[in-house]
Amino acid sequence: MNFGFTEEQNLLKEQVQRFMKEACPLTRVREIANESTPFDQALWQQAAELGWLGLTIPEAHGGLGLKWIDQTVVLEAAAEGLCPLPMASQALASAAILTCASEQQKASWLPAMASGEAVVTLGLYDEANWIDPKAITATATARTGGYTLHGKKPFVNDAAAAHYMLLAVQGPNGLALAALGKEQVTVTPQPTIDTTKPMASVDIDGVEIGEEDLLPLSPEQLAFLTDCGAVATTAEMVGAGAAILEMTSGYAKERIQFGKPIGQYQGVKHRLADMFVDLESYRSLCYFAAWTVDDDPAELAKAVSMAKGYASDAFAQIGIDGVGLHGAIGFTADYDAQLYLKRSKWARPMYGDSDYHMDRIATLGGL
Amino acid sequence: MDFDYTPQEQSFRQEVRDFLADNLPPKEKRDKNFLGTWLEKVRAKGWVGFAWPKEFGGSDGGLIEQAILKEEMSLAKAPPLGTSMMGLAWVGPGIMEYGTEEQKKKFIPDILDSKVTWCTGYSEPNHGSDLAAIQCKAELNGDHYVVNGQKIWTTGAPWSQWIILLTRTDFNVTSKHDGITCFLVPMDAPGVEVRPIQNMAGDKHFAEIFFTDVQVPVENRLGAEGEGWKVTVSALANERSSIGEVTQLQAKLDDLKTLVKNSSRQGKPASEDPKVRRTVARFEMKISAMKYNGLRYLTKQIKGEPLTSETSVNKLHRASLEIEMDDFAIELSGQAGLQLKGGEEAVDNGTWSKGALNWPNVVIGGGTPNIQRNIIAERILGQPKD
Repeated sequence: MNFGFTEEQNLLKEQVQRFMKEACPLTRVREIANESTPFDQALWQQAAELGWLGLTIPEAHGGLGLKWIDQTVVLEAAAEGLCPLPMASQALASAAILTCASEQQKASWLPAMASGEAVVTLGLYDEANWIDPKAITATATARTGGYTLHGKKPFVNDAAAAHYMLLAVQGPNGLALAALGKEQVTVTPQPTIDTTKPMASVDIDGVEIGEEDLLPLSPEQLAFLTDCGAVATTAEMVGAGAAILEMTSGYAKERIQFGKPIGQYQGVKHRLADMFVDLESYRSLCYFAAWTVDDDPAELAKAVSMAKGYASDAFAQIGIDGVGLHGAIGFTADYDAQLYLKRSKWARPMYGDSDYHMDRIATLGGL
Repeated sequence: MDFDYTPQEQSFRQEVRDFLADNLPPKEKRDKNFLGTWLEKVRAKGWVGFAWPKEFGGSDGGLIEQAILKEEMSLAKAPPLGTSMMGLAWVGPGIMEYGTEEQKKKFIPDILDSKVTWCTGYSEPNHGSDLAAIQCKAELNGDHYVVNGQKIWTTGAPWSQWIILLTRTDFNVTSKHDGITCFLVPMDAPGVEVRPIQNMAGDKHFAEIFFTDVQVPVENRLGAEGEGWKVTVSALANERSSIGEVTQLQAKLDDLKTLVKNSSRQGKPASEDPKVRRTVARFEMKISAMKYNGLRYLTKQIKGEPLTSETSVNKLHRASLEIEMDDFAIELSGQAGLQLKGGEEAVDNGTWSKGALNWPNVVIGGGTPNIQRNIIAERILGQPKD
């Protein structure tokens, strides 16, 4: 029994933190987020060279052959600085390929993903707030030599930066993932609350694809990929939550009102303590969920719902309290606290909000 | 990261399970001699004071085995391993760390053999959460101290034979944490008067204690004069893992789910009500968070990193669960939830209605939730003291 990280994992975490501090501080994050295509090729290449884009890709396909718990280490540390690189999308697309693609496709796609040459994303559900196979409304119909796609994928993360995407559709023989290049589709970036997490709609209506580019996707595989998405999101919520707590706790020690640091007042310090209790708790649940992905798949669904169910509401409150305890300065655009509040809004519905996950906990728990 | 147990740990778990299968009859089959036999048997296994050093009669048990033992015991809803909970939890460890050889010989075996029950004299009428401000006075007079003052909310005082008592031997100190001295005092000493207090659940578990010119021999002082705060803090830090509490809460959650499955709301099955489902899921999620927090902290301890105030995180979760679970059960049961044991419509023989009145036992003893929040904010986050 050992619920701790290895020396290698601790070093990996420090490496990512150093990268964020030196190469991608919040000043740079803001610049990237304000660009029309919020993507920094140079930083992406560095991340690739450090091995972070191929963590869970097998060594035979150019990756490091590590596990989701290692992926979690990187995503958490990167999210402390609100890293705008589409690393979570790349990891989820890798998981989709490893789960659904043929050996030949794995051999042809994965090395380019590990090397950073290809940016790939995954788009699952089309309904805004529904985790269910029926919430995939885009379709594929058979034609001679392949398929024709119909409809639109309204919520695709990191689509504008992606060279390729895997988009879920209802195919003639059930659920499937359509593998597409960006030149085949129309990507329309959408204005959203959190500019460090760009999302776009992808119009696939009338697009024709070859037979081999429609990958069968079973409901179980869809559930697995959704759970991986929830693990990735929760890992980022751990990192971002820790950063806003540290920022707020630091401010409470220095800000003097009525002759005392505000952290001396229980109205402030107790809110900080509650933030810590929640962060600490969804952190433990997140690490356990990440571990189950590779080591105890039978426990995955419940573990993920515990982690994301807890984090969804807790991080939202941490974001609000982080800004709130700062007072008016926290509301200021130039001050960084607000960026974390925005991230907490982004993370809340991703791969299931707390209502979805809590209901699943009840079901899995026998109710 | 690895949640598997070693073969040795697994075989220890099996040993505990086998023992429980052989020696823990179902509740209705236990006769009046059961508890005495049980205590002798667990003592013979070396499981009482399991983590204590062998030289004091313990087993030098490792942290993980200790957690396994607690987990299996509470899973089986077994009785405690000794009759003196406080003796085993902090009085014994305190004596082992600060006691004289004579004190160790005199007190430790009786704690392990369940011959003596201890209570803890910390809170006073004017000093509960602000523990270090105590006023109960001890004055040296030749070969003994004379104690005068009052303690209150002392759990177990009505039936305990000994008390670990915090007193003030020096009132001229700049820090209230100085000048405190700890004593081991028999409850039948002349001048000790116990007045039980009835709590809101109707029980008389705690009491106020008056000390009038009570003579305590110098050899009953635990630690040096003025060192009492250090003795107290290190004794309280002996509470090691919350694994046992987690399994207790899990068992309680199972009972709650059974209640939900047998309940209806406005004529419909309660298990279909979104609020009910969400509430039960939230309890399960918090208990699970306590479990994995506990395992993370246990891992830290095994690696030799000091564990400080992180335990307050689980104490806060436990406090809210203790309050909310019984409260939810009686709300779910409507008017029947109000009936106590013996009532015609009482739910689960009044377990929940009793629990809804009994939570302060756990929630306030050992530091209120707001004290735990102070501890987290000040000791972990580094906020200035109040």
